[in-house]
Amino acid sequence: MSTSTQPVIKCESVYKIFGDNAVKILEQSGGKVETASLLEAGCVIGVNNASFEVHKGEIVVVMGLSGSGKSTLLRCISRLIDTTAGDIFIDGEDLLAMNDKELINIRRNKMGMVFQNFALLPHKTVLENIALPLQVKGMSTSDSMDRAIDMVNLVELTGRENYFPRQLSGGQQQRVGIARSLAVEPDIWFLDEPFSALDPLIRREMQDEFLRLQSVLNKTILFVTHDFDEALRLADRIAIMKDGVIEQIDTPANIVLNPATEYVAKFTREVPRERVLSCQTIMAKYDASAELSAITVSEDAIIETVAEPVLTEQKPVAVTDAEGKIVGVLNSNIMIDVLFGDTNSLPVNT
Amino acid sequence: MQYFTEHKWIQFVALLAVFYALVMAIDPATGGNLWRLQETRFWLLPDVVNDGLKFLINDFWVVEVYDAELDLTEESTMMKEFTRGLSGVVLFSINLIRELLLGGVKTVVAFTSWDFISANEWARIPALPWPAVAAGAFLTGHYLGGRNLSILAGASTIYIAVFGQWTPAMQTLSFVLVTVPLSFVLGLVFGTIAFKSKTFEAILAPLLNVAQSMPHFSYLIPVVVFFGIGDHAGAISTVIFATPPMIRLTILGLKKVSPEVLEAGMMSGCNSRQLMFRVLIPSARHDILIGVNQVIMQCLAMAVIASFIGARGLGYELLVSLNSLNIGQALELGVSIVLIAVVLDRLSLAWANKQIDYLADRPFHVRHRYSLAFLGILIVTSVIAYLASMVFPDKANYLYFIHESQGLSTERFWDFIVDWLITNTYNSVQSFNFFMTTSILMPMKEAYLSMPVAATLFLVAGTGYIVGGLRSAIIVTAFIGFIALTPWWDRALITAYMATFAVISSVIIGCSVGILCSRSPRATKVILLVCDTFQTFPSFVYLIPVIMLFGVSDLSVLIAVIVYATIPATRYTVEGLSNVPQTLQEAGSMSGVNRLQRLLKIELPLAFPHIMLGINQTVIFSLFMIIIGAFIGTDDLGQLIMQSLSQANGMGQGIVLGLCVAFIGLAVDHLIHTWAEQRKKVLGIA
Repeated sequence: MSTSTQPVIKCESVYKIFGDNAVKILEQSGGKVETASLLEAGCVIGVNNASFEVHKGEIVVVMGLSGSGKSTLLRCISRLIDTTAGDIFIDGEDLLAMNDKELINIRRNKMGMVFQNFALLPHKTVLENIALPLQVKGMSTSDSMDRAIDMVNLVELTGRENYFPRQLSGGQQQRVGIARSLAVEPDIWFLDEPFSALDPLIRREMQDEFLRLQSVLNKTILFVTHDFDEALRLADRIAIMKDGVIEQIDTPANIVLNPATEYVAKFTREVPRERVLSCQTIMAKYDASAELSAITVSEDAIIETVAEPVLTEQKPVAVTDAEGKIVGVLNSNIMIDVLFGDTNSLPVNT
Repeated sequence: MQYFTEHKWIQFVALLAVFYALVMAIDPATGGNLWRLQETRFWLLPDVVNDGLKFLINDFWVVEVYDAELDLTEESTMMKEFTRGLSGVVLFSINLIRELLLGGVKTVVAFTSWDFISANEWARIPALPWPAVAAGAFLTGHYLGGRNLSILAGASTIYIAVFGQWTPAMQTLSFVLVTVPLSFVLGLVFGTIAFKSKTFEAILAPLLNVAQSMPHFSYLIPVVVFFGIGDHAGAISTVIFATPPMIRLTILGLKKVSPEVLEAGMMSGCNSRQLMFRVLIPSARHDILIGVNQVIMQCLAMAVIASFIGARGLGYELLVSLNSLNIGQALELGVSIVLIAVVLDRLSLAWANKQIDYLADRPFHVRHRYSLAFLGILIVTSVIAYLASMVFPDKANYLYFIHESQGLSTERFWDFIVDWLITNTYNSVQSFNFFMTTSILMPMKEAYLSMPVAATLFLVAGTGYIVGGLRSAIIVTAFIGFIALTPWWDRALITAYMATFAVISSVIIGCSVGILCSRSPRATKVILLVCDTFQTFPSFVYLIPVIMLFGVSDLSVLIAVIVYATIPATRYTVEGLSNVPQTLQEAGSMSGVNRLQRLLKIELPLAFPHIMLGINQTVIFSLFMIIIGAFIGTDDLGQLIMQSLSQANGMGQGIVLGLCVAFIGLAVDHLIHTWAEQRKKVLGIA
C-alpha cells in the first residue's frame, strides 16, 4: 500500500478541544487530557492526541460512534476548523502554517470533500453545482461546463445535467456531491459519512460505485463512517475512535484478529471473520511431503470466497502467492474452525 | 395559593380586579400624578432632540468649502456637505432614469450648464415613445417569466398609458427604480456584515426593532431637515424605511444556510467573497427574495407618503385628488400604483428564479433575441411617432405620448357611482356611522381616556410580569412609561383605543376566514394568493374605497385599518393551521375525533403560537395605518405627527411622537413574542 516514502497526510499529536480556555487547559495538562476534567472546565474534547499517516492511494476509514470526534478529526485535516495543538502535513507541507491564500490554493487543487447531507447548492443545477469548484478557480464557463459534463458521465448521471438537487433522489444527489468533489482532480479525497443518509440498498450500491471510482482514480482517501461493516468493506486501514482518541489504527484483518482495546473488541466480536480475513492469515504450514489437491487458492483471497471449494476437497488445498509459489495449505478442519469455531481457537498467522 | 401561582388566568383576573379598583379609586380632579403625570423636564425632550440635530447640521465639524462658480471659500459643516452630496447623487440617478423614460435636459445640465442647453436645442434626452416602453415591459416579462408575466407587464403599461397617467407613472417608476435597488443593496450589505460580526448584530438589532415600528410619517420630518424637500428627500426617507426589513431577512436567511453547505463552499476553494456571493447569499435566496418583495412593497407605499415632502409621481397626484375628494381619479391612480407594485414584484421573483441553459449552443441573434427585438421595436415606434408628428403637426400624437387630458378615463363613471352611493345610501350609511360612533366608538374612547396613568402602568407591568416574569415587566413598563412622561399621553390613549378596536375586529375576521379556508387545500391556495396580492397594495390605497363608501370620518379610518390589518391575521392563521404536522392529524383521527374536535383540540392549540405572531403583525399594521389615517382626520398621535411636519421646529416633536407609536408596538411585540416562545417550547415546536 505504501508506495512512496513521504506520506500524503501526516498528523502529529493533533488536539481539538472546544471551549474558551482550550489552549490553556491543554498546556496545563501537558498532553494528557482527561475527558472528565475537561467537562468540569466547560470544554469538550473533539480530538485527543491523534497521530497517524496516510500514504498515496490508500483508503483510511475513520470509524466511531456519534460524538467520537471522527468528523472533527476530518475537519481538522481539511482545516475547516482550527486545531488546538499538533501538526498536520499535507505532502510534507505544514497545513496549519498556511495563510488563507495558500489554504484556498490547496483546496482548489489538492482536496475534494463529500458531505453527509450532500450540501448541494439548492439554486444551482447538477452541472452548475459540479462546475462550482472549477469556476471559483477562474476557469471559463465553457471549459468548466465541458469538464462538468465529463464528471456527470463519470458518476453515471447522464441526462440529468439540468436537474435541480430537489428533483433528484438521495443517491443521485450524493453522486453529484461526489462529482463536485472530484471535479478539480484532487489528490486527496475526504468523505464525511457520505452514505449514511442513504437507504441500505442504495448505500450498498454507492459503496460499489465508490470502489469502482477508486480503482480508476487511485486517490488518497480519508473516509469517515459510523458503520463498521462499511469500514471493513472499503478500508485499507481502519482508525477506530472513541472520545477523541484513536483506539487502534490497522488493517481490517488485524483489527478483527487482534483488537487493541476492549472497546474495539466490542465491534469485532460480531463480525463474520470469513468476510474479512484472507487465506494467508489462517493457512497452515506447507509440508512438502503431503499430498495436495488439484486446486489452489491465492493467499490474498478472502476466506468466504474460497470456503466452498476447500470444504468439498478431500485433500489439503495449496495456498499460493502472487508468483504461484506455494506458501501454505488449507484443509477442511481449518475452514470449519474459521466458519463455526470459537474466536480464540484460530490457527492464526499474523 | 399554589393554584394561584400555577394558573395564569386567575392571575389575570386578579390583575384586572386591582386595575379596576385603581381606576375607581383615583379621581381625576385630585389624583395628581396618579391621574396624569405632571409636566416635568422630560417634556423638554423634543426640544433637546431638535437642538441636538440642529447642532449637528449647523455647528458640528465646521469645514471650509470652495465654491468654484462664485470663486469664494465658504464656511460649511461636514453634515451639510455630506447631505448635499448624497442628495445630488440620488437626485441625479432619479433624473437620469426619469429622463430616459420621459425626456428632459437635467442630466445633460449635470455635465454642462444651463447656458449650454439654451444655446444648443438638440442637447436633451428624448422621451421614449410609450409603445416602446410597453413593448419593453412585454419582452422583459416574456424573457423572465413566459407568457403570463409578459401579458401582465405589457397590459399594465398599456393601461397606464391609455388612461393618461404616463407622466406621473414614469416619475413613480423612476423613483422606485432608484429606491428599490438602493434599499436592496444596503439591506444586503448591512445584513451580511451583521451575519459576520456578532457585535454589529447586537448593535443593529434594537435599532431595527424601533425602525420597523416607527410610523412612516416620522421618517419624513428629520429627512426634510437634513435633506430639504424634493424627489431626493422622498427617496432617502423611502430607503430608510424600506431597508430594515431587508436587513432582517438577509440575516435570517444567511443563518438558515446549513453549515455543511458553507463547508462545501470552503472545500470547493471559495475565497471569502466567492463564499458570500456564490454560496451563502444564493443559498439564502428564499428569505432574501421575501426581503426584495418587502422592499418593493415598502417603496411603493412610501412613494405615496413621500409625496408629502415633494416626491413627484402617482403618489402626489393621488394625494391631490383625495384632497379634492376626486374619488374617480384617485381610484384610477390607485390601480396604477397597484399595477406597478404587482408587476415589479412578479418580475423580481421571476428574475431570481431564472435558469440558464448552458448546453445550448446558439448563434448571436438567438441568444440576444430579446435585446434585438426591443431595439427593432424602439426604432419602428420612434419612426412611426416621428412620421405621425410630421403628417399631423398640430394634432396630439397618441403614438408617442398620451397627455393626461387626452387619455381615457372612467373618472365620470366612478364619480357617478359615488354620487349614486351618496344619494341612495346616505341615510343607511349615516345611521350605521351614527350607531357605531355613539354606541361603540365614543364610549370606548371615553373609557380609555378615563384610565388613570397609575392604573394603566400597573396593568401593563402586571401583564408583563405574568407573561414573562420580572424582565418583561420592566421592559414593557419602560416602553409605556416613556409615553406617560411625554405631554401626549391622552393622544396615545386615543391611538391605543383605535388600535384595540381595529385589532379585535381584524383578528375576529381574519381568524374566522383563515380557519374556514384552511379546511380545504384549494381555498388555502386561493386565500394565500389573495393575501399576497393585497399585501402588495401600498397602504394609502386602502383609504380610497373607504372614503368612497363611507365619506370622511373616524369610522372610515378604522374600516381601512381593519381591512389592511386583517391580511396578516388571515395569512398567519392559514399558515399556522396548515403547518400542523400530518402525524398529529393522523393520530387525532385514529383517536376518533370528529372534524370540530380535531380543530379545537389538536390544530388550534398547535397553531396558536403562530397565529399569535400574526396578531402581532396585525397590531403593527394597524398602528401604521392609524397614523396614515391622520390624513383623513383623526385626533391621535398621528395627527400631531402630521402637524409637526409643517412646523419649523417640528423635528424633535415628530421623532418623539414616532417613538411613542413605536413603543406601543414594541411593548405588544415583546409580550406576544415572549408568550409565543414559551408556548412553542412547551409544545416542542420551537
